[in-house]
Amino acid sequence: MTQPEPDGLRRRLLQGAGLGALALACPPLRAQPAVKPLLIVSSWEISGLAPAASGYIFTRLQVTETLLDAQDDGTPKAALAASWKVSPDGLEWHFELRPGARFHDASPVTAQAVARSLNLARTPPGVLSMAPIRSIEATGEKQLRIRLSSPYMPLLSLLAHSSTMILAPASFEASGTVREIVGSGPYRISKLEAPHQVETRVSEHYDGPRPAIAEVRYMAAGRAETRSLMAESGQADLAYNLDPASITRLRQRGSVNIASVTVPRTVVINLNAAFSGLKDLRVRQALSLAIDRPGIARALLRDPELAASQLMPPTLAGWHDASLPPLQRDPVALKQLMREGGWTLGTEGWRDTQGQLLRLKLQTFPDRPELPVIAGALQAQWREAGFAVSVSIGNSGDIPLAHRDGSLQLALAARNYAIVPDPTATLAQDFGPQGGDWGATNWSSPVAVDALQRLVRGGLDKAQLAAQRKRLLQTLHDELPLIPVCWYRQNVAVSKRLEGVSLDPLERSFRLTGMRWKA
Amino acid sequence: MSSTQTSAWRGLLLRRAIQVLALLLIIGSVCFLMVRALPGDMAMRIAASRYGYDFVGSAAASAVAQELQLQRPLWQAWLEWLGQLLRLDLGQSLVSGEAVWHEMAHHLAASLDLAVTTLILAMLIGLPLGVAAAVRPGGVADRIALLFAVVLRATPAFLLGILLMLLLAVHWGMLPAAHDDQGGTLWLPALTLALGLAAGLARISRSAVREALASPACEFARSKGLSDFQALLRHALPLAALPVLAYLGVHLVLLVEGTVVVESLFAWPGVGHALVHAVFARDVPVIQGAALSMGLLFILFNLLLDALMLAIDPRQRKPGASDA
Repeated sequence: MTQPEPDGLRRRLLQGAGLGALALACPPLRAQPAVKPLLIVSSWEISGLAPAASGYIFTRLQVTETLLDAQDDGTPKAALAASWKVSPDGLEWHFELRPGARFHDASPVTAQAVARSLNLARTPPGVLSMAPIRSIEATGEKQLRIRLSSPYMPLLSLLAHSSTMILAPASFEASGTVREIVGSGPYRISKLEAPHQVETRVSEHYDGPRPAIAEVRYMAAGRAETRSLMAESGQADLAYNLDPASITRLRQRGSVNIASVTVPRTVVINLNAAFSGLKDLRVRQALSLAIDRPGIARALLRDPELAASQLMPPTLAGWHDASLPPLQRDPVALKQLMREGGWTLGTEGWRDTQGQLLRLKLQTFPDRPELPVIAGALQAQWREAGFAVSVSIGNSGDIPLAHRDGSLQLALAARNYAIVPDPTATLAQDFGPQGGDWGATNWSSPVAVDALQRLVRGGLDKAQLAAQRKRLLQTLHDELPLIPVCWYRQNVAVSKRLEGVSLDPLERSFRLTGMRWKA
Repeated sequence: MSSTQTSAWRGLLLRRAIQVLALLLIIGSVCFLMVRALPGDMAMRIAASRYGYDFVGSAAASAVAQELQLQRPLWQAWLEWLGQLLRLDLGQSLVSGEAVWHEMAHHLAASLDLAVTTLILAMLIGLPLGVAAAVRPGGVADRIALLFAVVLRATPAFLLGILLMLLLAVHWGMLPAAHDDQGGTLWLPALTLALGLAAGLARISRSAVREALASPACEFARSKGLSDFQALLRHALPLAALPVLAYLGVHLVLLVEGTVVVESLFAWPGVGHALVHAVFARDVPVIQGAALSMGLLFILFNLLLDALMLAIDPRQRKPGASDA
């Protein structure tokens, strides 16, 4: 028998220690829990607990509820408020809360708790700051009153927005900042790791039917390729915000289902109607006539139906007006319009009567990855039509800033007209007498302002409502304070193990309570 | 421990302690001034990051400016930061309102996990390849190692990551594609980084081992009767370990700091990713916190490396050896 030599022993010990350290340092390969939670992946990060910042993630995950909900067409629907009524002068709104509603800490949802959340939501940028609110107060255990200084019809719509989500008193610090999310929805938060991850499970205090999916995990992944591969490999069950190339690929491979819905978001070119050439309506029309919208929609969004023939997409049934002549490319009409305005086309582009070259700058931002690409396509199409346009890609905040200091020329943005379910609120913000950060710059029309005022004041019957909407949209279509380019479709990769999936066109909810695992 | 050894260690620690203090002041102030000097409106940038582009506007920006007192003169804000730093308080994120210490601890832990696993994987792949290549220069192992090094060094991490995702996650279903707090999500990003590092490591260890094998010490070891293998193990490898360690030390720091692309591809919640987001959002306290923790980590790794070198290399402990 031979003794192991001391060096050999040391080596073996070292090898053993090395392998042990490796085993400790590295987690086990793909440890599978007994029941896998439903995994949703999207690009939206949780940038804090404030309702105005990340409230939309918690309402979509059905952790928190708002006073009101909305049907697909934007009509108000009961949520935490079971019923509501307005005084004949439109200045006092009364809400009756759902009697059995409880927060996740088992405390009942009282009118006082609701009033506290809503009062905190009145500071900008919370949407309630748009409404002329005098007071929000509890008038009983379950009765809430909102007083206004002037009638404001879109109020119900604002109360359906995620920045007005209702949190339990235990959610707040004494200063009013949110410490944790204690909502009243069918799911409660079991783990929160901002900015990347939230886990939820069914709340035992919810007064509605119990959802079939017991646990949900939400992940933020910045890159569209990552989200698409997570769906394809079966890791993610729902993958939101996919890029056009990934959708084509996933469709071809067929390993997941693709669900889609047109959302009320429009890619628009904001323009400064006081800036040199853009003052002339004919130049604005010519810029619009130069754009090949079906080309952009087909080549960049891979969906020709998304070419915007007008500002409002067909999904907003009460707003889309099929009788409007569609916006389209027309090089002949373009040249005729410019010549009528006294412009002459030289080798460098269009020159005005003084011989001054029309040079424009288009600003955009990369938060939506298609925007810079569309900006490039617009630049090329405009160059072909004789417009010298440079593209500048910066931060989304640069556009409201340029609007405010008047330096804006052209800006490409994607505007959601159903930020709150009724587009009236957003349109009133964008096309009021002073214009808006994401709407008109140095443009205002008495017809549009009047129509908006009537829509905001309310008290209109169906025919009057339709007539005022038509007046407003016709004016925007004719005078082009901004130029619509294309609409949007939300595409979601859905695991084949899931059923009961439906997408919310207003992007308010992931609709988890309707889903179940396939048997 | 002899007195010369003690003084070598003391000198090392003292130098690093002074570096830490200087670093805190310089990095923190430079970050602060640089962010303030950037063009564009700070309140608007913070509002855009907090509320998203649908809500960023003049009203949101002025509310942010008021809340964070952004109109204050620069020196007042700088003095306040300095006061906070003396109390070891890194402040709160301007975007999420969370304590920076808390955020950084979370991100640093994730980055360190990734870096250490990457390092171990890279050593397991790269070192045996390098040694095998050095023992028979021009042999099959050497050629394979060279091909491996050239191909992997030339492949961008982003492309390599996607290829590995497609192969290991989508086609073979062996590993999860990206981070989701389940087990096993560390392997793909670690492998993506490790393959690149292993390629470099194989080349460095090859030349270090070859040099060591040709050294008089190794020749003497063989001439006194040790086999080639014994000479390699006892004399050449400790000698070759020094340049390899130095290379790994530098790369460990780069792994913690410079993996933004891989972190964002695999949705890994690391510190590089957090820093990039903070720069976009003009989130000064988070930028300072991230830069400071990276700087401290750099010093800590260098300290560990120096200590390791000092322990391995008897020449550095001799009186008169440079302690720089």
